[in-house]
Amino acid sequence: MIAAGVPALRFGRMPRWAGPLPLTVGIAVIAVWIVLALGAPWLAPYDPFLQDLAVRLQPPGALHPFGTDNFGRDILSRVIWSARVDLTMGVIGVAFPFLIGTGIGAVAGYFGGAVDLIFMRILDMVLAFPFLVLVLAILAILGPGLTSFYIALALVGWVSYARLIRAQVLVVKGSDFVIAARSLGYSHLRIMFRHVLPNSIVASIVFAMSDIVLVVLSGSAISYLGLGVQPPTAEWGVMIAEGQSYISTAWWITTFPGVAIVLMAFGFSMLADGLGEKLGLDG
Amino acid sequence: MYRFRFVLFRPLQLVPVLLGISAITFVLVRSIPGDPARILLGSRATPETIAQIRAQFGLDEPLWLQFVYFLKNLVHGDMGRSILYKSEVLGIVTDRIEPTAVLVAGSVLLAVVFAVSLSALAATHKGRATDHLVRMFSTAGLGFPAFWLGIMLMMVFSVRLELFPVSGYGDTPLDRLHHMLLPCLTVALALSAVLTRNLRASMIAQMASDYATAARARGLPDRAIFWRHVLPNSIVPTVNLLAINIGWLIGGTVVIESVFSIPGMGQLLVRAIFSRDYMVVQAVAMVFACASVLVNFAADIATVAIDPRVKL
Repeated sequence: MIAAGVPALRFGRMPRWAGPLPLTVGIAVIAVWIVLALGAPWLAPYDPFLQDLAVRLQPPGALHPFGTDNFGRDILSRVIWSARVDLTMGVIGVAFPFLIGTGIGAVAGYFGGAVDLIFMRILDMVLAFPFLVLVLAILAILGPGLTSFYIALALVGWVSYARLIRAQVLVVKGSDFVIAARSLGYSHLRIMFRHVLPNSIVASIVFAMSDIVLVVLSGSAISYLGLGVQPPTAEWGVMIAEGQSYISTAWWITTFPGVAIVLMAFGFSMLADGLGEKLGLDG
Repeated sequence: MYRFRFVLFRPLQLVPVLLGISAITFVLVRSIPGDPARILLGSRATPETIAQIRAQFGLDEPLWLQFVYFLKNLVHGDMGRSILYKSEVLGIVTDRIEPTAVLVAGSVLLAVVFAVSLSALAATHKGRATDHLVRMFSTAGLGFPAFWLGIMLMMVFSVRLELFPVSGYGDTPLDRLHHMLLPCLTVALALSAVLTRNLRASMIAQMASDYATAARARGLPDRAIFWRHVLPNSIVPTVNLLAINIGWLIGGTVVIESVFSIPGMGQLLVRAIFSRDYMVVQAVAMVFACASVLVNFAADIATVAIDPRVKL
């Protein structure tokens, strides 16, 4: 007797755990970057700071696959070590705005009234500024550096998350299970964090993935301008800035770090697209 | 009548936003670490001189009153003095508006041309190789760092092919156009990726709509349907998207001006940050914020003007 409910054999189909193609590609690309970032000391062929003036401005070749810069430092090794800096930048740069924005959005949406009104007016003011201009203005006050960049991002970036979460909370707080929870006498804090928030947060998580792209791009741009990560640290934006004087003689110094940024951004874009598709969100 | 009232009263809604912008810049400059009077006096700071300066600049007044003074000066066009350029901030900033405005306008123009042609190509070849290529461009384009793309274009077109000057702004109008083409192209490539994504989808939706089918049934050629009906109907959301992205566009030009050494407001901002010229930072941030608010306002008005279906 054949047990009912045995699934038909499905040859040639994707296994069930595999999500949409962009998700798989995104996870794969990000996984490679994480491996490179964590394994930098073992995977990079040279010390990223080792200056060897005998081999300065060498084009890509067998010994130095990505060539060397004006100090004779190995570009490949510096690109790999940069993955640490830029990946950390992306994660920390999104984590703080995410946490602050989620907190504010949840409180504003859940309690409404004056709290909501005040936060939404502040949000409107922050949104009136072009993102990068406000970040730069805050950097001007705090002084250049990565810590200032994180603080600036937290002060500016929370608005997107607050707006997303607030809109979701407004929908969820009228649903039956919230009314049920309240009639059971649960505290507002418990309802907010255990019931409302878990049901409102999905869109923000997907947005956070695409926000990492924005943070990595603006972080490397700010480092390129000399206001973020400081030389001699290996960071893609810093490397591009250092190589700009040599574009007529040594194209490889600026080209490879840029390709690295594009590939990391591509990974997170795919991850966001795929995640959105899997969770049934649009855009 | 409604339309008239809209155009007349909508500007009033700008007042609180502009006040908010002033409030944020005021708070920003007030959060500079240290006592402004002490910074201004430097080594000459004694308790008496500090008190004198504080009284002179109204720093001993309550904060709200200081904000009122700040607004009053603003209305009179007084944005303070630059410590680096030793002159009025307002003049320094207005001198820098032209290159930035040219860069923004040129980029938007190029981006719209790219986006319309690419989306038209993709929408009319939906599901075929051309469509996939365009979609790849619109996805990948978002992840390209503009400053790097600018350097790459500079490397190919200015250094190798010697078609364009490497950097700077030029003297005659024609020379300026020649200088600005590559920077505009850089910003336009990224911007057109954003626009194409949206425009392609709305063109495909419009092509499947009833009126397009009806036009086809009446025997109109496909080209005419596309250019006369589909394009005007799908471009309205793109105009709005363009306005929403103006802030992002301004951010992009700040970086691109530094890449190509264009003497615009973005370059001014970056230099002012390095020299801690706070008054200039404050003024540039405010001008950029006001510009992006006004562009959004103009887009609202334009939507009403273009699209008779928009309800007010």
